[in-house]
Amino acid sequence: MIAVRNLAHHYEGSQALSLAQWEAAAGSRWLVIGPSGCGKTTLLHILAGLVRPTGGEVSVFHTDICSLKGKAVDAWRGANVGIVLQALHLVAHLSVRDNLRLAQYLARAPQRDADITEALAALGVADKAARRPHELSQGEQQRVAIARAVVNGPKLLLADEPTASLDDAAAARAVKLLMTVAERRKATLVVATHDSRVKQHFSNTLQL
Amino acid sequence: MNLASLSAGYLRARPLQTALSLLLLALGAGTIVTLLLVVGQIEGRMGRDARGIDLVVGAKGSPMQLILSGIYHADAPTGNIPLATVQLLQKNRLIKKAIPLALGDGWKGYRIVGAGKEYPEHYGAKLSAGRLHEKSMEAVLGYEVAARTGVGVGGRFTGAHGIGGDGAEHGAMAYTVVGVLKQNGSVLDRLVLTSIESVWQVHEEEQGPQDAQDRKAMEEDRQVTVILVQYASPLAAAMLPRQINSQSELQAGSPAYETARLFRIVGVGVEALRAFAAVLMLAAGLSVFIALYTALEERRYDLAVMRTLGASPARLFGLLLAEGLVLALAGALLGLALGHGLAMALGAWLEAQQQYPVSGLVFRAEEIWVVAVALGVGLVASLVPAWRAYRTDVSRTLAQG
Repeated sequence: MIAVRNLAHHYEGSQALSLAQWEAAAGSRWLVIGPSGCGKTTLLHILAGLVRPTGGEVSVFHTDICSLKGKAVDAWRGANVGIVLQALHLVAHLSVRDNLRLAQYLARAPQRDADITEALAALGVADKAARRPHELSQGEQQRVAIARAVVNGPKLLLADEPTASLDDAAAARAVKLLMTVAERRKATLVVATHDSRVKQHFSNTLQL
Repeated sequence: MNLASLSAGYLRARPLQTALSLLLLALGAGTIVTLLLVVGQIEGRMGRDARGIDLVVGAKGSPMQLILSGIYHADAPTGNIPLATVQLLQKNRLIKKAIPLALGDGWKGYRIVGAGKEYPEHYGAKLSAGRLHEKSMEAVLGYEVAARTGVGVGGRFTGAHGIGGDGAEHGAMAYTVVGVLKQNGSVLDRLVLTSIESVWQVHEEEQGPQDAQDRKAMEEDRQVTVILVQYASPLAAAMLPRQINSQSELQAGSPAYETARLFRIVGVGVEALRAFAAVLMLAAGLSVFIALYTALEERRYDLAVMRTLGASPARLFGLLLAEGLVLALAGALLGLALGHGLAMALGAWLEAQQQYPVSGLVFRAEEIWVVAVALGVGLVASLVPAWRAYRTDVSRTLAQG
């Protein structure tokens, strides 16, 4: 589970995020909404241990991630968190399979081909394993990005504006994919978006 | 996937910049290796040829020419000196060995050297076939001479006046090959050995029919070209050269001094090449630096994504460092191959010129240092890009797009 208390973060003096209290149960699916600049992305980065908040307490699965130092927080992130970014940022010169293998390598997880194939198959892109990202359609690239985020079996799946540049049908499909994957992997899903089309799919909403 | 394959992948993704860096590294390392091989082998070979020879006595002229012609058989002789000098030197108690040589003729570009058995013995030569020359007009071929002319024991040939091998032939007088030497690694490999008497005979025959009186006059007039001298005591070094040089017809040259002088002259060229190689290595380092540094901009998302996948800043630092090192190692190995290839090509060319043989298949311990220097260049060049990668602000980079 995730527990946040008195969280505050400043970027060079200006308030970027303020959140008094928030709790999310393990396996729940959350939508974080709010206007641009309200700190949605910052919250995700804090939950992932990419940013150390200037104040407050953050506990993710009973780990006080603010107290993790140096490499420990990176190792924790590699083992526990999967992140899907708005701009998918697949590594251009690596094949789809190697993009997933990169995730295994960097998380120091065993480099098992079976895990990669399984993750790709769950998202319906197993046949694209040998392709380069630029040979794929936008939708396929997003599936690969989601597969890369979940290949190490994270307990927490974060998605930052996963539907921002998609049409209605594609946006619905993307959200469904995330939900399905999170459910299958029993992962907690937190999606940050300003896209109101996504709202209907989530029962838990955090308004920033 | 590992650090090496990941960094190699990034290098392959920028083929032009990678190729440029590799080329500069390979040229720099290759030049150094070529110099090491060629200079090392020639110095070694020249040292071996001059081993045990403390002084060369010959006709007046340039002392360097005397050494080059008397020991290395690479220049024209300075002239001849009276035979009596040999007996005089052999009686001198400061002298352990005095080996007279009669030069002046050649065969197919190889020099015919009139000398006693003590000359091949001095170099520890061994026969691979036949025997050493005993009678007049018998000849023994050095290893390379036999190998390249295809002439063996029992073959006959006529020498030509002059060392180039294109002078007037001594047609009437033919040598018979009675022996072939094993490869010796010294100047002997490129020589045709015969007795001093044979050389005299060939030249006396040239004068045409002679009566007994003429013949006697000629015999009194017999000369040798150089005398290779080995000292009996260190005292000789202080006394002999001055003694000999004071005689109007003679000069003494010290191989150690003259070869050192030669290397000082040639050394300027070698130093210039070395400096050139250093500049190439520097340019290579700069190229590696620029390649990695400029790529950082387009790679910042990759680096940020790697952080989200669990990489610590130290691993990004290591990745960039590994790219510099992989590049440097590949460049250094290419350079080694290039250096050995160049030395081989140069060796083939020198061999065709019947000059000092140089091999590209010899390895020297110093080559390890060339690799080490290249790795050092790669390391230094990638430090700043690696530091930038280490400092990647993931959150801010991702927030930008």
